[in-house]
Amino acid sequence: MATLSEERALFRPVPKHSLDNEQIKRPLTKQWKITLTSILKNKLALLGMIILFVIVVMAIIGPHLVPYNYSDQSLTNGNIAPNSQHWFGTDDLGRDMWSRTWYGARISLTIGVFAALIDIFIGLVVGGVSGYMAGRGKIGDRIDNILMRLVEVLYSIPYLLVVILLLVIMKPGLKTIIIALSITGWVSMARIVRGQILQLKEQEYVAAAQKLGTPHYKIILRHLFPNMLGIIIVNLTFTIPNAIFAESFLSFIGLGVQAPIASWGTMCNDALGVILSGQWWRLFFPGFMISLTMFAFNVFGDGLQDALDPHSRD
Amino acid sequence: MLILKRFIMMAVTIWVIVTVTFVIMHVIPGDPFASDSTNYPPEVLANMRSEYHLDEPLPIQYVDYLRDLCTLDLGPSIEFKSRTVNQLIADGFPASALLGLQALVIAVFFGLLFGIVAALNHNGIVDYIVMGLAIFGISVPSFILAPLLIKYFSVEWKLLPVASWGTWRHSILPSLSLALMPMAIIARFIRSSMLEVLNQNYIKTADAKGIGIVSIIVKHAIRNAIIPVISFLGPLIAALITGTFVIEKIFAIPGLGKYFVDSIFNRDYPVILGTTVFFSVVLIIVLFVADLSYRLIDPRIKLTSKGD
Repeated sequence: MATLSEERALFRPVPKHSLDNEQIKRPLTKQWKITLTSILKNKLALLGMIILFVIVVMAIIGPHLVPYNYSDQSLTNGNIAPNSQHWFGTDDLGRDMWSRTWYGARISLTIGVFAALIDIFIGLVVGGVSGYMAGRGKIGDRIDNILMRLVEVLYSIPYLLVVILLLVIMKPGLKTIIIALSITGWVSMARIVRGQILQLKEQEYVAAAQKLGTPHYKIILRHLFPNMLGIIIVNLTFTIPNAIFAESFLSFIGLGVQAPIASWGTMCNDALGVILSGQWWRLFFPGFMISLTMFAFNVFGDGLQDALDPHSRD
Repeated sequence: MLILKRFIMMAVTIWVIVTVTFVIMHVIPGDPFASDSTNYPPEVLANMRSEYHLDEPLPIQYVDYLRDLCTLDLGPSIEFKSRTVNQLIADGFPASALLGLQALVIAVFFGLLFGIVAALNHNGIVDYIVMGLAIFGISVPSFILAPLLIKYFSVEWKLLPVASWGTWRHSILPSLSLALMPMAIIARFIRSSMLEVLNQNYIKTADAKGIGIVSIIVKHAIRNAIIPVISFLGPLIAALITGTFVIEKIFAIPGLGKYFVDSIFNRDYPVILGTTVFFSVVLIIVLFVADLSYRLIDPRIKLTSKGD
């Protein structure tokens, strides 16, 4: 039977230098870098990113690559199939489809981006205030209640009705469409933001900030918003194509941008009458561009969502 | 009690919609007789206005409208002489509703089927094919798909009628073009929630007990995986209702969407108000039913007066 001292001799103290093993050797990686690497690994998301980049670049330089303006008519050159002169063919008024398609990209992307940004701004303000005030005394609850009822009412009105009514009151044009789309579009953003805030404000760091006397606006701006950034950005990648889609839809029923301005939706609408007479290029190019943009935003958004979700990271 | 609260909320919503539409409509420049003003002497126009009570002060018109609405009378149409808005809705709604309903059934049935098959075949070839189709469905808008379907199925292969409305065969192409996008969205939703559910312990238990795969899916998995789809059903039905506008235009279907768009261009006040109210009521009822069905499918969810 070994004595206690003998047993003790079996243990050796840990040499001091091995504590180095506990140190974190890998440099801290910034969140955006993790996200970027994750997206670059996701082939579909990468493809979406490249397509979006190409579409944006072509929207900027595309119309300048050909000697034709998007609105120049040339009735003798109407309905030409794509050839070396007119790469995408011409429409019934002899306008160059290549120039119109990329010019239309500018219009459609502008509407999509601005409508989405306005949606997010209003959604953040309303959802943020509503979520933050909820459970904060009688007045707070009342504010939350009023805002959410407003959201609920707006949510149950078919958005197209409001948009159409607005488009009829205001002068048709780019600004009107953006306003009309965002007046109903912010509602879902507000709901998402409110849900996030309700969840985040129960976290310890928010309680700590409150106990330290941080003002409300600072808690919202410095602690709550940065933590929701991921969800907001992902939502942006779904809101932009929705707005582009809605614009095409409105242009399609004749309430979109007015001639001679081209957008993908108006071009599709113009092509509807001639699709059966074999002029496939009239519908194909704008239709393909809408579909390609929707595709790119969707797969990019999916990839971004996975990249920002710590659970799906390996 | 909660149901009563919901009904009050629904009534308030409808009232807000009526009021907002009424105000917007009268802010729009022009009136129903603007295009006739050069053809008729002012006395005739004044008579026509008084026939439709347009010469009365707006608050009185508003109160009159609300009073008539309570008795479900939506007033006469100005553009379609001698017909009431109720008649127009009765004419147009069956086609729109049938179209929307058929599209909904196609979207939900095939969306569920494809989503489940894809989840069971996770990362297999079937999964990739289904998800490829789903991405296609989300990317291609109905107003691009519809002309393509007409071109191939009707004109080139002569399988189905090109347009218009009548027999069941006329409704196939419009329903398909309307259903593709919601079907794709449902398939994606179901696939991801199904993957999550299939990993749960109760599924493993059921499997270990020797219950067949079909029973597991029908009895245990679908019920839990379908919840996110139901919360999406409200906006989906709204999209189907408004989506029919475009499809009705492309296929020349005499539905309600056409009356609505035309009424805006014609400033046909009673028709604008009537169709807006009608669409909204349909949507509100659908949202309410979707909320109720949550409870049937998942008894753990309590029906609350709050939206979420």
